[in-house]
Amino acid sequence: MLQEESDLSLIIAQIVQKLKGSNLYAQLERQAWASLQRPEIKLESLKEDIKEFFKISGWEKKLQNAVYSELSVFPLPSHPAAPPEHLKEPLVYMRKAQGSWEKRILKSLNSMCTELSIPLARKRPVGEQKELLNKWNEMGTDEPDLSLFRPVYAPKDFLEVLINLRNPNYENGDSLSFRTHLGLIQVPLKVKDIPELKEFFVELGLTTGQLGIDDSTQVPPELFENEHVRIGQKVLAEQDSAAAQQYIRQGSPTALRAELWALILNISSQPEDILYYEQLKTNVIQHDLLVDSLIYKDVKLTASNDDYYFVFEDYLYQVLLCFSRDTSVLGHFAYSSASPPKSYIRGKLGLEEYAVFYPPNGVIPFHGFSMYVAPLCFLYHEPSKLYQIFREMYVRFFFRLHSISSHPSGIVSLCLLFETLLQTYLPQLFYHLREIGAQPLRISFKWMVRAFSGYLATDQLLLLWDRILGYNSLEILAVLAAAVFAFRAVNLMEVTSLAAAEAVLADLSTLKVMPLLQIFLFATVT
Amino acid sequence: MSRVSVPCHVKGTVALQVGDVRTSQGRPGVLVIDVTFPSVAPFELQEITFKNYYTAFLTIRVRQHTSTHTPAKWVTCLRDYCLMPDPHSEEGAQEYVSLFKHQMLCDMARVLELRLILRQPSPLWLSFTVEELQIYQQGPKSPSMTFPKWLSHPVPCEQSAPLLEGLPEPSRVSSEVQQMWALTEMIRASHASTRIGRFDVDGCYDLNLLSYT
Repeated sequence: MLQEESDLSLIIAQIVQKLKGSNLYAQLERQAWASLQRPEIKLESLKEDIKEFFKISGWEKKLQNAVYSELSVFPLPSHPAAPPEHLKEPLVYMRKAQGSWEKRILKSLNSMCTELSIPLARKRPVGEQKELLNKWNEMGTDEPDLSLFRPVYAPKDFLEVLINLRNPNYENGDSLSFRTHLGLIQVPLKVKDIPELKEFFVELGLTTGQLGIDDSTQVPPELFENEHVRIGQKVLAEQDSAAAQQYIRQGSPTALRAELWALILNISSQPEDILYYEQLKTNVIQHDLLVDSLIYKDVKLTASNDDYYFVFEDYLYQVLLCFSRDTSVLGHFAYSSASPPKSYIRGKLGLEEYAVFYPPNGVIPFHGFSMYVAPLCFLYHEPSKLYQIFREMYVRFFFRLHSISSHPSGIVSLCLLFETLLQTYLPQLFYHLREIGAQPLRISFKWMVRAFSGYLATDQLLLLWDRILGYNSLEILAVLAAAVFAFRAVNLMEVTSLAAAEAVLADLSTLKVMPLLQIFLFATVT
Repeated sequence: MSRVSVPCHVKGTVALQVGDVRTSQGRPGVLVIDVTFPSVAPFELQEITFKNYYTAFLTIRVRQHTSTHTPAKWVTCLRDYCLMPDPHSEEGAQEYVSLFKHQMLCDMARVLELRLILRQPSPLWLSFTVEELQIYQQGPKSPSMTFPKWLSHPVPCEQSAPLLEGLPEPSRVSSEVQQMWALTEMIRASHASTRIGRFDVDGCYDLNLLSYT
């Protein structure tokens, strides 16, 4: 069909354009030049010989991984008549809602700035720069006075915005009818139901081996675990991203997880990447941002108080402070419904040559943001690699958890998916909780916004994040949230208030994620 | 291929409803939009583009110019094209859509008038329509050039004199040179689109407050 051919060539052109600016392109060029010395490269068939050389030496595989990575992250090219805002978010009312939410955040940040009389950005004096450089590896020992700072927003503020999200073209009658949603989310997005989820998550089925279930001590390792580890090592040897993504749907062995995630996210620690991280570190030392204090406060409030993650406090500062200075993160705003906050150099208000983004990466951290980084510290100990992995995880997945969009992995769809699953498969529980004023989403929202980080035990969390990478989707968070409610349904049916329901669901650290998911998806009698 | 926009006049939408519009409870689920081309002769339709707004199914009928004196009849050229896979949910509700000549059921050679029949069976939506409707006809083909006869019909060359020893064949050399020239042209045409990582302006990052626009 003409349309498909032209779509394909458009996608190819887009990917080629993107890859041209990357390290890989420069490396391939260098390799091609170097290969001219080789005897098998002949001038008359230059193109084919070099292609053959790339195939044999493994460079073609690297290119394949890069293309696969681009396809996973970027949305397909849209209709030529569609403006760029349409690519960010097709529904107009959601764009407006995101715009007003962002305005609120900016107002809050501006008022904090004027109240505390602290500039948004400040160049550090040389003495302070030296001091910071000296204690770069132990910033956690610093105890700055952060009592006046408050987080810009917390997940529950964001939930209120989502609850008030309305489609102006939708019948939002006051009286209850078949049109009203019984949960908190009132927008009619398309979410998967259990038959569709069963098909989507087919590798989590009862007859397929899983790490998290079939590697428990009672199961002899010859049945599944040994073979799975062997296949994992083979996948790593082949260095194939697509194969790794397929493999990790059944879980990753602990020893291979760091390399597998790096392969799937297409991260390889080149000298250029380490240099880039050092450059970001220099930026941190040179300029002090107001956002830094917010990051400090967030780490002190969340990760430092967590039994599992407090040891990584210094790593968290090293990653998050550099993250704020990284302008390459601005690229993700092309496909995110959010937009980076803008400002002007002092005295040059309105002049476009002096317009800058603040913070340089366009992302304002909220309460709990540091919990996105904390679990990764178990896997990566080298700061620049840890940084790269976090940045890639953020621009692929985590940004969707705190922006308003209609994307199937966006937080609005996840909330609606959670509520729909609960209503459909546990109607009694849903009705009971609603009657006592404990809407289930009020409890599960914070789990989903943080991708369960800080709520599950770390080994279980990493098994969950394996599946997020494997399926390239965050929908599993909503399914797990519903599965947790299903697991504790008996206790929840007996509570009589929101506080009591919260208490029943306060401690998730003993839960085993994979059996819960498997039972909810594949073994619940409906 | 190139396309040229055809100026069209989109008449107001007409709702089709059984019974009296004022007294009945429900909203109409069928709308009809007539599109006429007052100042254009019957043309060949190439493409229709529009932005959907909560329409679930689209049917298009066309009235073509006939050479004989029979009155032009309405023919359905697109039947129940699905714009929203689930009429009750937001999927596809505000998408940009293109419909091409090859998707139509009949020949679109001499279009006089179009009639778009929009259907939205779900009662959840307050209104539905299509926006930014554009009709395109085929653009002019690239002008054909007449080549001089010696270029299009080269004289068959005579058997070339036996080559000197050790020299490569001229045709092989010319094909290699052509390949290398093509590669250099490609390299010259390509340019990288990397972002430079600076966030400050000339070393200065002293900011005002954040702006709201």
